[in-house]
Amino acid sequence: MTAIETPALSVPVRVRGRRPVGVLVAGTILALVVMAAVCAPLLAPYAPDTIDLSSSLVGTGREHLLGTDSSGQDLLSRALYGARSSLIAPLALLAVAAVLGVTLGVLAAWRGGWVDAVVSRLTDVMYAFPGLLFTVLIIAVFGAGMTTSVLALGLAFTPTIAKYTRSLALSEARKPYVDAYRVQGMGGVRICTWHVVPNLARAILGYLVVLFGEALMSLATLSYLGFGAQPPSSDWGLMVQEGQAAIVQGAMLPALVPGTAIALVVVCFNVVGVWAADRLGRQ
Amino acid sequence: MTDRLLQAEHLSKTYSLPGGGSHTAAEDVSFTVPEGGALGIVGESGSGKTTVARMLVGLARPDHGRITVAGREREPRAPRGRTARLTRAREIQMVFQDPYVSLDPRLTATQCLHTALRLHGRPESEAGPLLDRVGLGSREADARPRDLSGGQRQRLAIARALAVDPRILVLDEAVAALDVSIQAQILRLLAEIRRETAVALVFVSHDLAVVQHVTDEVLVMRTGRVVERGPTHRVLTTPEHPYTHLLLASVPTTEDWDPTAAARARERAAATEEGP
Amino acid sequence: MTAALLDVADLTLRIPGAARPLLDSVSLSVAPGEVVALVGESGSGKSTTAKAALGLFPPGSTASGSVRFDGTEVLGLTGERLRAHRAGSVAMVHQDPRAALNPVRRVGDFLVERGASRSEAVELLASVGLPHPERRIRQRPHELSGGMLQRVVIAGALAAGPRLLLADEATSALDVTTQADILALLRELRAEHGLGLLFITHDLHLAAAYCDRVYVMYAGRVVESRTAEALFAAPAHPYTRGLLACSPTLGTHAPLHPIPGRPPSLADTHQGCPFVTRCDQASPSCETWQPEPLPLPDGGTASCIKDGVTHA
Repeated sequence: MTAIETPALSVPVRVRGRRPVGVLVAGTILALVVMAAVCAPLLAPYAPDTIDLSSSLVGTGREHLLGTDSSGQDLLSRALYGARSSLIAPLALLAVAAVLGVTLGVLAAWRGGWVDAVVSRLTDVMYAFPGLLFTVLIIAVFGAGMTTSVLALGLAFTPTIAKYTRSLALSEARKPYVDAYRVQGMGGVRICTWHVVPNLARAILGYLVVLFGEALMSLATLSYLGFGAQPPSSDWGLMVQEGQAAIVQGAMLPALVPGTAIALVVVCFNVVGVWAADRLGRQ
Repeated sequence: MTDRLLQAEHLSKTYSLPGGGSHTAAEDVSFTVPEGGALGIVGESGSGKTTVARMLVGLARPDHGRITVAGREREPRAPRGRTARLTRAREIQMVFQDPYVSLDPRLTATQCLHTALRLHGRPESEAGPLLDRVGLGSREADARPRDLSGGQRQRLAIARALAVDPRILVLDEAVAALDVSIQAQILRLLAEIRRETAVALVFVSHDLAVVQHVTDEVLVMRTGRVVERGPTHRVLTTPEHPYTHLLLASVPTTEDWDPTAAARARERAAATEEGP
Repeated sequence: MTAALLDVADLTLRIPGAARPLLDSVSLSVAPGEVVALVGESGSGKSTTAKAALGLFPPGSTASGSVRFDGTEVLGLTGERLRAHRAGSVAMVHQDPRAALNPVRRVGDFLVERGASRSEAVELLASVGLPHPERRIRQRPHELSGGMLQRVVIAGALAAGPRLLLADEATSALDVTTQADILALLRELRAEHGLGLLFITHDLHLAAAYCDRVYVMYAGRVVESRTAEALFAAPAHPYTRGLLACSPTLGTHAPLHPIPGRPPSLADTHQGCPFVTRCDQASPSCETWQPEPLPLPDGGTASCIKDGVTHA
């Protein structure tokens, strides 16, 4: 009798959960960006708002690694400080949207009937309406500024999260453990907040990571249009807008530096986000 | 002792189907269970036995009929007030078929019991004795459902139901998903609990042999209706309704059992129904 | 005795990371026209054994011993010959017919995929006792009941004209009355086609009532092998006795005696008899005795050295 390697042995088995290289690279870049934002005062060679008209639109060099803008402000320093608002604002935006969206989504799934119908139609209408247009309308009423932009975009992002949460909560609420809580005499609010939502938290968190890039992009767009961050902020979107004029004068860097920063972070967040949503959603 | 602890009268439930039709899941189902008694509800899939179980615990709302526990009528839907809800929960508790999905995946065994005890204003220190009661040790106490075996999960589900100290326990196919040797352990546990606490059991199952071991009285259901009822021993030894006959003939037994005969009995039963 | 259709000898299957072999020296045989039961609880290795007959092994596993089908060694088969074996001579019917059928395709397509022509498909459906087969082949799975679907799956299994049918809990998910129907059908098909039938089930009563011979598996081993009557009348292995004593039986009112503890998982190691920790008759010698099937006077075997078991 001989030991025989089974035929199945030759079939390669895909090892699940191995991190692809792309995710590692993107994750490293994001970690560096976050570190840069936190350590901006240590890393930046100049204060971000040091105006030096004598060295306006200087190219890359020893004095200014990434050059200066038309007011002579150091682009590297501005970009580093700008990372702070550019990263924190989308976080705040998503927090607003998550609180509202999850509440609405769970409410719709749990109550069903007319509540579900109203919430679903409302989110559908919001869906059909371009988010940016909606935000601009709100800003037109309440005035420009970062806070208004964050709140307005938070509202604009709510339907997406509400819709996603609703579909998750619908299947979660049908699980027998939820029935068991009802049979125990637990009230609906308590079941939802203490048991249904925590069980959905991983999946929702994964989805929020995916949305982060989009949130950053939308905020940058608003700032670029002049509705969001106001001077002298060094928000990346605002920097692009300010650098735009310099392009005509032949200086690409003032628009290119913040533009690249936005693109890099958004792409990295998408790469990490898709991977994280996959992992977290699978539990 | 009340001999009518649980009373179900003329329960009916019809579901409307997508596309306009309707499905009668239960029709005119009535029964009583005495204090400390055990009633079996047997039937095949689609017989309405699970619908009846869900109506008892308030997870489905009967279209007609009423359910009373110790003379007090249960509201057809969950009451708004907390006290009323908890009082209602202490009347009837339920153990579900699949213990894996009927336990909150995030909570350890101890946390699961704490949640139930806290809700009903009982001290959390009772969790230990409850786990002990159902035969779970300290190793299982800190385990989450995915780290427990099927039998251990069902023990925990029973402990969770007992944490509320109910007068009636409804078990919906509670041993169907378990291995035979584990199933026997759970059945014995249920018998012990019944002896010690005088909790009444409503045992919903498709398995006639299991029902025979657990219950005193039995209802045989078919397509939403009760076709036969009586003491379990009598119904399972000298059945009166042809459908009960058919069910019994279909169960494999060692003495000259012939599936062909059972299959023919089924054809005959179907023919007599469609006859006129 | 006729030459065996399926002959498994000393099959041992190991996977990396498990403390014990998945299968440990499993031997069993099925003759043409014979109905053989493989009984055990979850994790006992009964499904793994059946899959081995198809030449299907868990990824990364190493097998030793032999699995012969009609004289041909299955363990060494690769490529085209393995595919031919899986598609032709042996067919498997699983517990859940809905998982075996593509929900968007018609019942007829399912049979045609398995090598039947349109007209043969109608005949096959008629042969498994489905009324109105011409109409059925145009229906989709959701239009049929569980029992009907299991008939369709059986028809699909028969399409390639197999000689051995593996039924893996094929009736466990069905209602008892439907189960009786399907069992009657399988018995008929066996008589008609001379099919060998390996019937895998957790239900000892069903095995004893329906099959000619029964193998009882525990922790990857065959612990007892008997004719159905002998097994039921005088079970030899303490595990078989325990299973019978804890299975609720219609018509008898003997109290149930559960087997304490639970079956060992793949992570549990043991020396000697795997049942020793749950056995009420275990003695110190059981902890070191390397189990092997010992012959019984009636021709069966039991892997137990205790006095209660009288060996030939």
